[in-house]
Amino acid sequence: MGLESLGHNFLTGRVEDLVKWARRSSLWPATFGLACCAIEMMATGAAHYDLSRWGMEIFRASPRQADLMIVAGRVSQKMAPVLRQVYDQMVEPKWVISMGVCASSGGMFNNYAIVQGVDQIVPVDVYVPGCPPGPETLMHGILTLNDQIRSGELTRRRATSPSGGAGILIEQRDGVRAGV
Amino acid sequence: MSRDTQLGTPERGRLEAQTDEGAQELQPLNAAARERELVMTGGVWPDIDDTMIINMGPQHPSTHGVLRIMMELNGETVLRAKPVIGYLHTGMEKTGEELTYVQGGTNVTRMDYASPLSNELVFALAVERLLDVDVPERATWIRMMLVELNRMSSHLLFQATNGMDLGAVSMMIYGWRERERTLRLLEMITGLRMNHNFIRPGGVAADLPDDWRLETLELCEQVEAGVREYDELLTENPIWRERTVGVGHITTEQALALGATGPILRSTGFAWDLRKAQPYLAYDAVDFDVIYTENGDVFDRFQIRLYEILESIKIVRQCVDAMPAGDYRAQDRKVTPPPRERIDESMEALIHHFKLFTEGFRVPPGETYATVESPRGEIGCYLVSDGSAKPVRLHIRGPSFYNLQSMDAMVPGALFADAVAIISSLDPIMGEVDR
Amino acid sequence: MPDADTDAREPDHEVSDAEPSRPEPSRPVADEVAAAVVGRFPGTVFADSHGQAVVYVERAHWHDVAEYLRDSEQFTQCMDVTAVDHLVDTARDVPDGVIGERFEVVANFLSHPRNRRIRAICEVPAGEPEVASLVDLYPGLAFAEREVLDLFGLVFAGHPDPTRILMPDDWIGHPLRKDDAPARVPVTFKGDPSPR
Repeated sequence: MGLESLGHNFLTGRVEDLVKWARRSSLWPATFGLACCAIEMMATGAAHYDLSRWGMEIFRASPRQADLMIVAGRVSQKMAPVLRQVYDQMVEPKWVISMGVCASSGGMFNNYAIVQGVDQIVPVDVYVPGCPPGPETLMHGILTLNDQIRSGELTRRRATSPSGGAGILIEQRDGVRAGV
Repeated sequence: MSRDTQLGTPERGRLEAQTDEGAQELQPLNAAARERELVMTGGVWPDIDDTMIINMGPQHPSTHGVLRIMMELNGETVLRAKPVIGYLHTGMEKTGEELTYVQGGTNVTRMDYASPLSNELVFALAVERLLDVDVPERATWIRMMLVELNRMSSHLLFQATNGMDLGAVSMMIYGWRERERTLRLLEMITGLRMNHNFIRPGGVAADLPDDWRLETLELCEQVEAGVREYDELLTENPIWRERTVGVGHITTEQALALGATGPILRSTGFAWDLRKAQPYLAYDAVDFDVIYTENGDVFDRFQIRLYEILESIKIVRQCVDAMPAGDYRAQDRKVTPPPRERIDESMEALIHHFKLFTEGFRVPPGETYATVESPRGEIGCYLVSDGSAKPVRLHIRGPSFYNLQSMDAMVPGALFADAVAIISSLDPIMGEVDR
Repeated sequence: MPDADTDAREPDHEVSDAEPSRPEPSRPVADEVAAAVVGRFPGTVFADSHGQAVVYVERAHWHDVAEYLRDSEQFTQCMDVTAVDHLVDTARDVPDGVIGERFEVVANFLSHPRNRRIRAICEVPAGEPEVASLVDLYPGLAFAEREVLDLFGLVFAGHPDPTRILMPDDWIGHPLRKDDAPARVPVTFKGDPSPR
C-alpha cells in the first residue's frame, strides 16, 4: 500500500507546521565550543551519537549561516563580548542552548573570571546540565528544543518581547536598551 | 628617490579602527626596517603597505578552542603571528585556593580537559609529597594504567582534530570512534567519561571493577587495529605528506629556548620523556619506547602521537598482566575517608567522614613542584601550603601555555594554510593555557 | 647568617629531622649546584624541600643566578616562573637567613644533560614589586612573566611585551593577589536585583 492507494493525492496541513518542521529538522549549530563541553559536543556530532539524525551534522563556522548556538563551555569575562557579537550576527530565527553547568550558571567556578550564566548575555532557550553533559544529555536538550519549536512556544514568546522573552535587560553597544 | 615610510598618525588611526583592543594590537613593522626603496615621481603618494593584519578567532572553525591569533600577512605568506590568549581564563588557580585539598582534584582536572587524569595525577603527587604519605602499589599501577588510557584518548582526539583541520574530515569520524571506545572503558572504571576526579591524594577513588581485564584487552585490540588503519590512511598518503612534511620546522635549540616539551621537543630529534628520564609511578617497571623523530615538522609530530598510542597500549597490556593486589588507596586516617558502610556502624568513622568532606585535611607547611609527562609535554604542579586545609598557591605549569610560544619559530614564512596546520600540530588545549 | 659553607659538602652531613616535611634550615649544602650558587652569590640560602633543591636568592641577583645556571651549570630550560602571595598565610616557613616578604617569585629550572632540577626563589616586597626579567635568557618565559604581571602586578624589568595576557586589557586589579578578587562570589539567581 502506498500513496497510489489513496483516493486523493493531496495532503493538507498548515504552513506554520511546515515551517516549524523545516526549522527544527535542520538546525545548523554555530561552532561555539569553548572548553570541555566542546569535546562532548564533538562527540555528539561524531559517528556514535550522530547528530546528523536530526540534520545537525554540519557546524557552520559563519554565524550568518547558523541557527543554533550551543554555548559549550565556560564563558570568561574576555570572551563575553565575543559571544554577544557572534549571537548578534546570527540571523533570526535563532536559538541558544546553554550546554553544561558553566554556561548555565557559572558552574563550579564562582569567581571573578567566569560569567555566572550565559543568560546574562544572550537569551537561552534550553539549559543542559552536566559537567560535561554526556552526549545523551545534550541530545535530550536538542530534542527538547525541537519540541519547543514544534509547539510554537518559542515563536509566541519571541513575538511579544524584543529580547526574546528571557526576562533580561540588555544594554547594547549603540546605547539602545532592549529588554523584558 | 627613496623615502622612509614612517608610521604616521593616519596609519595608526586605521589600525586602531580595525579592532577595539589597544595593547594586543600587532603593529606593522616600520618599512625602513624592511629596506625597501620607493621611487616616487609626480605627486605625493600615500604610504603603501604590502602587509595585511588579519585576526583569526577566538571563534573559528579550527577545533582548538578559543585561541585568537593576529597574523601579519604578505599576500599568502605569514610574516608574524601573535597568539592572544585569555579567552578561557577561568581563575582556576584562584578557585584552587578556595577549595580544600579533597576538592582540589575537581578543579585541576578541568584544566587540560583532553587528558584530565594527568592533571589529577600531578596534583595528587604534589599533595602526597607535602603530606609525606605513601601510596600503595596497586594504586600506583591503577594510576599508571589510567593515565596511559588517557594518553591514548588524548592522542586519538589529536588525530581526529588534526585531520579535520587539514581537511581530512573522515579522520575526525574515525578518531572519535576509537576515542568513544576508550571513554567507555574509562567510564566503566572511573564512573565518568571526562573530568573524572578519580586520582586523588592517597590513591584512587575506587577499585577496578570485576571484568576490567577482559574489557581492557579488548579495547587494546580495537584501538591498535584503528591505529593501523590511520597509519594506512595517512602516513603514505601523498596529499597528507604534501601538506605536512617540511611544514612548521623547528630545531631543538629553538624548542628548548621557547620552553617547548612533549611531542614538539621529541620531533626535533631530542628524545626527552619524563617517563624515562625521571620516572614516576611505576614507569621504570614497564617496558616501552620513547618515540622521537628528526625533522621537527608537522608530519613528525603527527607520527609521534600516532605511535605513542601504540606504546601506551603496550604499557596498558603490561599493567593488565602485572597488576598487584592490595589497597587502592592509602589507609591513612588523614587522607582517606572511611568506607561508606562503616559510617552507619561507627561514630568515629562518621565524624572522620564529616571532617574530611567539610573541612578537609591539613597539609604541613611547605612547597613542592611535581611533574608528569602529559600527552602535551611536561605538566607541573607548584603547590605551596601553610598548614591549613586549603593551598596558599596552586599553580599548574601547563605544557600548552609554553608550547604555544613555539609558534614564533614555526609560523613566520609559512603560507596561511600551513599556519593552520602548524597550530593544529601544537595540540594546544586552551583550558590549560588560560587556566 | 653566613651560609657559604662550600667546603662542608659531604652528603652524610644531611640531618634527618624529626619533621622531615619542613624545608630544612640552612645546613652544609648537600647539593653541588646549590652549593655553587650559594658560594657565588652572597645572601643565597639553600633549602631542601622534600628532596628538591631550592635556593633562595636575593632579588638583585635574580638575573645573574639564572645566567649562571644556564651558562655554567647546564640548566637548559626554565620550566616555569610564577609568584606566590603570602599575605594571609597562617604559618610561613622560610629558612634561616631569608627575610620573608609578601611576594615570592619562583623559577623552576631543568637541566637535560645532568637530568636534574633546581628551584630558585626570591622574595619581593610589596612596596617594590619589581624583579629582573629572564626573557633574554630563556625566551620561553615571555608568557609566564606576562601572566605574573597580569595576575599579581609584579613588574619584570626588561620584558619585551609587558601587557596583560589573561585578563581583558581594561581590567583593573590583579586577581591572584589575596586582597584583590574574592575567590568565591555569591551565587546569583535570575531575577536578582544586583548586576553580575
